[in-house]
Amino acid sequence: MAQADAGGVPLETGRSGKPASEKRQKLVTADGTPLKRALQRAERRRVLAALLLVAPLLVFLLTVFIFPIGQMMWRSVDNPQVVNALPNTLQALQGWDGRELPDERVFAALRDDFLADAERPRREQTIGPLGIRLNYELSAARGAISRTARQVPQFEEPYKEAFLDAHRLWGDPALWRVIQREGRPLTMSYYVAALDREFDEFGNIVQRDENRRIYVSLYGRTLALSVGITFLCFLLGFPIAYYMSILPMRQANLLMICVLLPFWTSLLVRTTAWIVLLQQQGVVNTLLVSVGLIGDDNRLSLIYNMTGTIIAMTHILLPFMVLPLYSVMRTIPPSYMRAAKSLGATPTTAFRRVYFPQTLPGIGAGAVLVFIISIGYYITPALVGGQSGRMISNEIARHMQQSLNWGLAAALGTMLLVGVLVLYWLYQRLVGAESLKLG
Amino acid sequence: MTQRSLKLIGAGSAVSLLALGAAQAAEDPISLTIVSWGGAYTQSQVRAYHEPWMELNPHVTIINDDGSANALAGLRAQSQAGNVTWDLVDMLPSDAQLACDEGIILPIDHDEMLAAAPDGTPASEDFLPGSLGECFIPQIVYSTVLTFRPGAFPEDNQPSSIADLFDTENFPGRRALQDRPGTNLEWALYADGVDPDDIYDVLATPEGQDRAFAKLDTIKDDIVFWTEGAQAPQLLADGEVVFATGYNGRMFDAIEVEGMEAEIIWDGQVVEWDGWVVPADGPNVDAVMEYLYFATDTQRLADQASFISYGPARASSAELVGEHADLGIDMNEHMPTAPENYFAPIVLDNDFWTDYGDELRERFANWMLQ
Repeated sequence: MAQADAGGVPLETGRSGKPASEKRQKLVTADGTPLKRALQRAERRRVLAALLLVAPLLVFLLTVFIFPIGQMMWRSVDNPQVVNALPNTLQALQGWDGRELPDERVFAALRDDFLADAERPRREQTIGPLGIRLNYELSAARGAISRTARQVPQFEEPYKEAFLDAHRLWGDPALWRVIQREGRPLTMSYYVAALDREFDEFGNIVQRDENRRIYVSLYGRTLALSVGITFLCFLLGFPIAYYMSILPMRQANLLMICVLLPFWTSLLVRTTAWIVLLQQQGVVNTLLVSVGLIGDDNRLSLIYNMTGTIIAMTHILLPFMVLPLYSVMRTIPPSYMRAAKSLGATPTTAFRRVYFPQTLPGIGAGAVLVFIISIGYYITPALVGGQSGRMISNEIARHMQQSLNWGLAAALGTMLLVGVLVLYWLYQRLVGAESLKLG
Repeated sequence: MTQRSLKLIGAGSAVSLLALGAAQAAEDPISLTIVSWGGAYTQSQVRAYHEPWMELNPHVTIINDDGSANALAGLRAQSQAGNVTWDLVDMLPSDAQLACDEGIILPIDHDEMLAAAPDGTPASEDFLPGSLGECFIPQIVYSTVLTFRPGAFPEDNQPSSIADLFDTENFPGRRALQDRPGTNLEWALYADGVDPDDIYDVLATPEGQDRAFAKLDTIKDDIVFWTEGAQAPQLLADGEVVFATGYNGRMFDAIEVEGMEAEIIWDGQVVEWDGWVVPADGPNVDAVMEYLYFATDTQRLADQASFISYGPARASSAELVGEHADLGIDMNEHMPTAPENYFAPIVLDNDFWTDYGDELRERFANWMLQ
């Protein structure tokens, strides 16, 4: 609107001294439409065309990125199993104090739920998933439920006794507390578990038994490893990128191919190549032994531990540091350094105060790339990490593929995602995202 | 409509019915997607089951998918997406029980759907005791065994038992164990003097678990953990470790076929079944059932043993086990179930692992990370 006013309308005639607005004429296009509307229409058409152009990308992002991530976050709180399987029991359990064993009424309701489930078509049965769900919270709950389910049709009153005979766990208030607690459509117990915590008998969240704590320390290790790998990549990548940037184009391209070549090789090939090099009977150790640097029975453990993860991942992620650095360094005119030196700076000062600050956007971009990729890495740590070089993504993959506790995997993944976003936000606050430069 | 045109229509439909009948006699081509473990194991199935079946039924094509390592995740995902593409899946009984509880695989009526033994014994009695599941048809018995490199120890002091795995004084060197609690905890208790039959009772108690982990602590500094089945023989062949646990079939392959220098200790072998399940709502359930009837009969199970050293799951197959198809060595002595090997087996208790698996896996992961 402002545009239309400023652009087309003669603002003021001024001669008669009357207010300008009265005198103002409406501008129209050739076919008689007011100019303002015509302009708006053109603008709308342009936006629409732009939207159409990006529509494929939007649809793509929505279906393969936003939607799955949303679904993952949903899974981490979704908790339908108990509600679906035990509606009567939950009703009867209302108001239970969580101390003494529930009374006969509750056990009768439990029997009703079991019988109702047996009536349903096989695919809609809920007792199987119920057992799997409860076992995440309480060991042996799955066995209690599946073994009881086979006997329930023969149960006779009093049902409480019949259930207690079928499996000892029905006599444990802990099982009933879990049923009561998880009898809601949404749960936070996956997040509680992902933080190495659990519910105690009063429903408070407490730390887990020391020998079952895994995830918090694993997050810490993942973070530390990623920072370390990023720093190593910087240390190794900076001189290479600098050297490439001062070489003549042809030699620089040759070096560039050397940097990119591993990039084009399969990840698995590169990782297994490290196994050949680093294992105890491998090339590096054998070389060191034959030179006499280490004894034959003192071979270094370079792989199947944290060292292995760091070495292999630094190698794999190095190009992600070199490329942005190189593209930034290439644009720094060599005359700046010469000027600094001619004004009396020593080479170190000139580098420190003139050259290095100009490479910061490249360092920022490379560091963010390497850090974010390495925080979610899992194939390489799984192959060369042994037990001390594992990262949180290995646990997420394990829960996705082997233990099939997708709720816990989703909670761990969501926490990782939120963690990365927080770190990125911090980076933006401290350094500024506009300083990122990828090329 | 005239009489004539009605007649024509009648004749026309008769002709098309005839054509339909003819097409059915020749049978439409069907392709079955069969999911298994890949490598030497899938090869043994191809040669013992798939190839003979395709020869008998030229209209059937069998496509192999090496997805068994994540079979349960795959079955669940396909079922939730409403697009089941697998026809038959090879998986472990514990996973099969989970899938069965979830209703994503079909229940099996063993006597109805499977062939009887040649002497007429019904399938439910011919398969080894305890091997049949509600939705599960066993094929083989496999075991996790301890292997060692003979060259690593003096000739007069060779290891021979699970206890030797935990004896770093007499048998120094690194040990490759699988990075999960199964087998490791059982062996820790067995080496600590628990009778194989009592192991799971002890392991179900907190004191028993502490005892197993304490025993594992004694060799912790010497352990290299492996994840994928192929890593164990590789670590042994590279000289990275002196002991390695592994599946007996892979170890057989590495020793007899590849010529790796290693020996198997059958003491305390952890025995388990492996077999078929049929996904519910699979694309060709009828064709798969026909295939299963054939592929799980006495002769076929015995045939598989000529390609890989896993024991057939039927009692009636045992006497038919012969020589290795390519090497010509007698396979009987390489079977986990051979009497001279089956002297102190630990039979894997799937009920125990479904009940306590979640908790013990967490504790084991924590223990590995310490």
